Order: sequence, then structure tokens, then C-alpha cells
Amino acid sequence: MTVQGESADQQWVDDHAGPVVRPYAMTRGRARPVTGTFDLISLVTATRADVTPEVGLGPEHLAIVGLCQRMQSVAEIAAHLDLPVGTIRVLLGDLAARSLVQVREPQTTAGLPDNSIFEAVINGLRAL
Amino acid sequence: MDYGHSDRPAGATPLPTAIKILVAGGFGVGKTTMVGAVSETRPLRTEEVLTESGVGIDDLSGVEGKTTTTVAMDFGRITISDDLVLYLFGTPGQDRFWFVWDELALGAIGAVVLADTRRLADCFPSIDYFEGRGTPFVVAVNCFEGSRQYRLDEVHAALNLDPGVPVLLCDARQRESSKEVLVTLMEHAMKTREARRRAAGAN
Repeated sequence: MTVQGESADQQWVDDHAGPVVRPYAMTRGRARPVTGTFDLISLVTATRADVTPEVGLGPEHLAIVGLCQRMQSVAEIAAHLDLPVGTIRVLLGDLAARSLVQVREPQTTAGLPDNSIFEAVINGLRAL
Repeated sequence: MDYGHSDRPAGATPLPTAIKILVAGGFGVGKTTMVGAVSETRPLRTEEVLTESGVGIDDLSGVEGKTTTTVAMDFGRITISDDLVLYLFGTPGQDRFWFVWDELALGAIGAVVLADTRRLADCFPSIDYFEGRGTPFVVAVNCFEGSRQYRLDEVHAALNLDPGVPVLLCDARQRESSKEVLVTLMEHAMKTREARRRAAGAN
């Protein structure tokens, strides 16, 4: 772990390194999730009301489970926890591998069966 | 008031569908303003960290120690119904972040290209990008105070748009105006999709 202010690290831990080091520490250096792709608008819901800390789960994992008691997109989780999206994807992969979250990947436009989603959005926007 | 969390697994209820719309355009044209005008909360910000390979075209002179760049995206949410959520993403303004654009544009239902008639060229890269990808888009001319008013057909011609691409005036600060832009985009995206399906069926 790096400790800011220690003489050996002083030259390295600057403004630019600051926001980068911690996210990678959280994922233990991993840049890719163990499972899943996690689009920015993939919707995540926790499958349990609470998770007891266990080996392999850090406070950030527990924070995601807490946040996802209400459904959230990957982008929202990243914004609320103030972490880069790449970090959130790795953490979500850990949670998905343990079935602690349920993830719904977005549908592609081409895959939509009919116009009902377009019409629902148009009507919904008009009603705002 | 929220109910307490039940013991029933949240996964027992079906998850809704999420769709996304992009808001693109030059720097300072009002992308985040429009996202904020129609979203149910203030715009959120999410960040992607680019590693060294992604910043090869950056001029790193003077900051040689810097091996990462952070790209911020502002976005908002509109809950259409219990099972339908619309996300609006403002695209990063700089051209060198195309890799983030690719991720954003993947699966996007359409895009709003915001234009400022005083700096019309600023929206050319966005238009080129969405034309190239085949992403349905509309051009919304954000009416800044003091800017000369152009007719919409003049803007359409100046941008050399395909005939079917809608161009409309808007005030990105106004909720009603921004809503109208999104409705126009959704109608255009629906028409585009139908036309493509017909074309595919005719082959």
C-alpha cells in the first residue's frame, strides 16, 4: 500500500497518481471483471438485503450491494461511489460471480421486437 | 416514504429495460445543460481512466510522468415507467476521446447534436461520427442570446445533412424545449428503424 507523505513515495504520489492508485488497489490490480461486460446502462440489483463481509469482498463491494437495493445503472454506481467505471466493472464482476447482484444488460435497438419502447418513451417524455 | 427492505430477494421482480440517448456537440454548447434540464436529478458525473496506450496522441511534454488521463461524462436519468428507464449521456467534447464515444454509441437509440450557429463547425465531428455509425440523430440549434438567427433550412444546408435529418431550434436550459428535442429524436429514430427493417425485408 502507498502511504501519502512517506519520503520514498513522495515523488511518485502526485496529483495525477492520486485518483488512479486507489481504484487499482481496490481491484487488486485487475483491469477486467472475472465475469460479465457491464455496459454503462446495464441495470444492477442486489439479490440480498445485506451481505456479511467475507474474504475477497472489500468495503466497496458492500457499498455497491447497499446502493443496489434500489436498481442502479453501472454509470450511476460509478458516479455515486466516485470511482472510475472500469473499477466498478471489476467489483461488479466479483459480486456477479457470487450471485450477490443481478445484472440486466441493455437490449440493442435492432433486437427490439416492435416500436412499443419508442412509443412508450415518446409518451413518457410528453407526460413529464 | 420508502418502505424498509423486504427479505424477499430483489431479484424476484423483473428488471426494467434501460435505453440511452447521447447529447453531443462542441465544447460549451450546452450538453450538460440539456441533460440537466430534462433529468430527474442534477447531472451525475462518471469517469473513465485512460491508460498510457490510450493517450498516445496527447502532448505529454512537461508532464512526462503522467501516464493516465481521466475522461468525464455527465449523464442524467429519466424514469419513464416502472420498467423503462432512459439515460442521457453528454459525450466528452474532445475528439481524442473517440474510444469513449464508441462505448457510448454502442446500443444508443439515437443522438442529439447540439449546435451553436456562431461556431457551427464545432458540431461537424459529431455529425460525421453519427453518420458513419448509422446512429439516428437530430441537430438542435441552441439559441444563445445575441447570436444571429438563421433559418432552419439554412442550417440544414450549411451542415450538408441528409434530407431526412431533423433540424430544430431549442433552448437547452428549458425543460419543455429539451423534451421536444428528445421527442423529435425518438420519432426520427423510430422512422429510421422502420425504414431499415423495410429495406432489409425487401432484399
